Amino acid sequence: MKPLQNIIPDDDGGGRRIIGLSIGAFAMFFLLLSRLWYLQVISAEDLIGQSENNRLRFVPVAAPRGAILDRNGKVLVSNTPSFSVAVIPQDVKNKEQLIDNLARYLNLDRKEIETKWTKGQGRAKYYPLVVASGITRDQMEYLEENRLSLSGVNIEMKPIRAYTNGVLASHLLGYLGEISEDELNSDRYQEYNAGDYVGKSGIERSWESYLHGTDGGRQIEVDARGRFLRTVAETGTSVGNTVMLTIDLEMQKAAEKALGDQAGAAVAMDVNTGEILAFASSPDYDPALFTGRMPPDIWKKYLDDERHPLENKALKGMYPPGSTFKIVTAIAGLEEGLIDEHTSIQCSGSYKFGNSTFRCWERKGHGTVDLRKSLRESCDVYYYKLAERLGVNRIAKYARRLGLGAPLGIGLENEKGGVIPTEEWKLKRFGKKWFSGETLSVGIGQGYVLTTPIQLASMIATVANEGSVYRPHLVKRVVDLDGKVLQDFAPQVLSKADLKPLTYRLVKEGLFAVVNEPRGTGGMSRLYEVKVAGKTGSSQVVKLRDSKGDVPYRFRDHALFVAFAPYEKPEIAVAVIVEHGEHGGSAAAPVSAKILRAYFEGKGVIKKPVPKAVPKEEEGGESVAEPDPGAAQE
Amino acid sequence: MFDRRLFTNFDWTLLATVLLITAFGVINIYSASSSYRDIGTPYYLKQLYWICAGLCLCLTVCSLDYHMLEDFAYWLYGGVLILLVLVLVAGKTTMGATRWISLGFFNMQPSEPMKIVIIMTFARFFSRYPVFKGLTLRELAYPLLLLGIPAVLIMKQPDLGTAILVSLIAGTMLLFVGVRWSALATLLAAAVPVVYVAWQYLLHDYQKKRVYNFLNPDLDPLGSGYHIIQSKIAVGSGATFGKGFMQGTQSQLRFLPEQHTDFAFSVFSEEWGFAGCLLMLTLYLFLILWGLAIAKRCNDRFGSLLAVGVTSMLFWHIVINMGMVIGLMPVVGVPLPFFSYGGTSMVTSMVGVGILLNISMRRFMF
Repeated sequence: MKPLQNIIPDDDGGGRRIIGLSIGAFAMFFLLLSRLWYLQVISAEDLIGQSENNRLRFVPVAAPRGAILDRNGKVLVSNTPSFSVAVIPQDVKNKEQLIDNLARYLNLDRKEIETKWTKGQGRAKYYPLVVASGITRDQMEYLEENRLSLSGVNIEMKPIRAYTNGVLASHLLGYLGEISEDELNSDRYQEYNAGDYVGKSGIERSWESYLHGTDGGRQIEVDARGRFLRTVAETGTSVGNTVMLTIDLEMQKAAEKALGDQAGAAVAMDVNTGEILAFASSPDYDPALFTGRMPPDIWKKYLDDERHPLENKALKGMYPPGSTFKIVTAIAGLEEGLIDEHTSIQCSGSYKFGNSTFRCWERKGHGTVDLRKSLRESCDVYYYKLAERLGVNRIAKYARRLGLGAPLGIGLENEKGGVIPTEEWKLKRFGKKWFSGETLSVGIGQGYVLTTPIQLASMIATVANEGSVYRPHLVKRVVDLDGKVLQDFAPQVLSKADLKPLTYRLVKEGLFAVVNEPRGTGGMSRLYEVKVAGKTGSSQVVKLRDSKGDVPYRFRDHALFVAFAPYEKPEIAVAVIVEHGEHGGSAAAPVSAKILRAYFEGKGVIKKPVPKAVPKEEEGGESVAEPDPGAAQE
Repeated sequence: MFDRRLFTNFDWTLLATVLLITAFGVINIYSASSSYRDIGTPYYLKQLYWICAGLCLCLTVCSLDYHMLEDFAYWLYGGVLILLVLVLVAGKTTMGATRWISLGFFNMQPSEPMKIVIIMTFARFFSRYPVFKGLTLRELAYPLLLLGIPAVLIMKQPDLGTAILVSLIAGTMLLFVGVRWSALATLLAAAVPVVYVAWQYLLHDYQKKRVYNFLNPDLDPLGSGYHIIQSKIAVGSGATFGKGFMQGTQSQLRFLPEQHTDFAFSVFSEEWGFAGCLLMLTLYLFLILWGLAIAKRCNDRFGSLLAVGVTSMLFWHIVINMGMVIGLMPVVGVPLPFFSYGGTSMVTSMVGVGILLNISMRRFMF
């Protein structure tokens, strides 16, 4: 068991040294004990006095959070004082009566106060426990006036978030909440204490470290009953830094107004910098509700709503891009030399591939279709044929070069990456071989392809600026209290999509036709003052064949539209998705038009009192129709 | 394979002592954390989970023959050394210190296992190294290198407390092996410039500040000096019999920092007084003397060295933590074994006890 050679005879016996170590240990412990004797017996009287007179208490003071501004310095979020009522149990003379009084003054249920009181009973008697928070200033003043009948009651003030524009940009800005246990245990919140408020979503969460500021504290002296006497020393708080967004308040308003009641998302981006000008997700929720006590019925309402108001659709919504993806397929075809502007096919309304029939949205067929017409009228058959020749891997190559298929790092957490399928991807993900029929669906942005609104905006921006994939970003700069710029976020080119100039020109001409030519599917996004180019899309939610009439809301197709303007010298790109809006041309294109209008009004290109909004023209009826049933197979 | 004697020889006394201390620890954590906001699992309950986890690990460690460790010692040493380098290269930075590395499913702090591994390494090294009349300066070179590399790496993180602990553990083992007076004197003389250089170039400002504050707490009565003053008041105001369970004003009012972890003993002293402290000190001293007795009774040198090492690890944690709480030492983040809240410390200490139990119950096997 034990190798004998390990035993080395001790020179003078480990035993003697063990005794030496024991004596050493004994001596150390004796030293500790002597010190304890000195403190607890000899100096006890003095130190008991000090502890009783230890009227010094440390009250942590939360730093006011930094403000969030729009790109022009307009306030989106700032702070406002909030009052809460706390009770110090040891100072209370008559508990029952006090609860009665409080319930009466604050218009609260007696039970509610009692529950909170009992919950805090394990604590020390001098530890203030909060029985009501977020009381109004009137209530606070009323309590102050009636102090005499409320012995033991403390009114505490702390700053809470004020949302200047109500529900505007709620998903983007995010809300605050008390730090959770999981967060407390994570490395990210090492310096935080229980009870601290932290950003829970959106900018508030992702930029927490800038916004939070440095908490301070006050050393206060209290009287024998634990009431405040004076402040002895103070370590100041320092206000959190101001985060200035790239968002333009007016455009954000326009985007949210344009989406209106419809569920969906809209993103507007500067094509030459990647700065996001509007970032809307609809429907909204009210972030102010999260600062206080969220009424359970409202919470339930949010959760049950099939339009998912709590979800940030612009960031996390993954949608099949539908026909907007034809831009990618067309680029791949042009770059690979499979098509040019003269290549044309015949569209009879469907395309037989193997045993399946792939339909064009236009049942009557488009007849002879070249590239320009294929984009303008969104002919599916053209792209089935092109996709078949390209193969899925080549389509994926160009999709990735245009910035699809991976998160772009816009500065918010949990950004989704979408899916750009390849043969290997399917093998890895599902363990199954790729079917060539699936390539045809990918060619028109259906099947496995998933993109987020932000990616679509980036994609169309890259087409518009002819090759620079900018990092879409939301934060322009971080500024401290004195206005010193701490961080400035310059435009960053993530990658280059260096394609032939002709490729960009042909695709852009096609996109111009979509909006401005008769039979173009995007006519409803047209502006008179500025030339707009874009692409409609609608993406299947479920496969429904010959579905006419009343399709249940949740099964209706999503409507998409991507656009850039001005056509000649692009400045702004827009991506709009209207969930279950059915037709890109009728549901999403008008939203895009309103956002673009707001942009050009802001620049003075379009005069504010506009003649008439969206045209209702001869081809208007046509442009609405794009059922795009996609890969309806049989 | 499993010998009946192992069971009959099981060191129930040691286990009982440890469990008694952990029991006091849990009761104390209950009181210390009672003024905290209640979110999630209370600390005392989490500590119970850690104790259970620690015990499982402890029993696992003592079920395997400790002689196996002799074969693994250098491998473990190399492995943990690599982890320490990794921490510096790719570690996670929190509060200005990089002590953790992420292993995907959980984060680990490799400086902690180094405490145990340095014991095994030294035990292995000296178990086959004949020493006559103490180590000379030249003979010390190699073991000091074995110690120096991890100590500097840990100090770089920076984690001064652990670096000092690892050095103290190794130093105690050297003393047990025997060091010549001449060598000892030379080393002490050489230590002066080393400490000076470390103070000038290796210590961070916050560490220096802690030492200054220890020397003169009134310098910064609101900062870290505040902790020393408040802790002294807490301990002293406990007087002979204490203020009673959950009645400590200092702790319940949260004057104390880290009062469920590093300053847990401060809470205990306030609520149980000198009598309680005497009891705890007796229990701890008993534990240390028992550990040394295990080293003495052990028949092979590797086992003796291991037992001395583990005992010294516990000893230095106890002395440094208590010394800090009662104002004999500067504030360094060293927990009180089995008593302070915290999984890392509990696991390390329990593994140590597992090794002691292991050695103790196999002493008649040869």
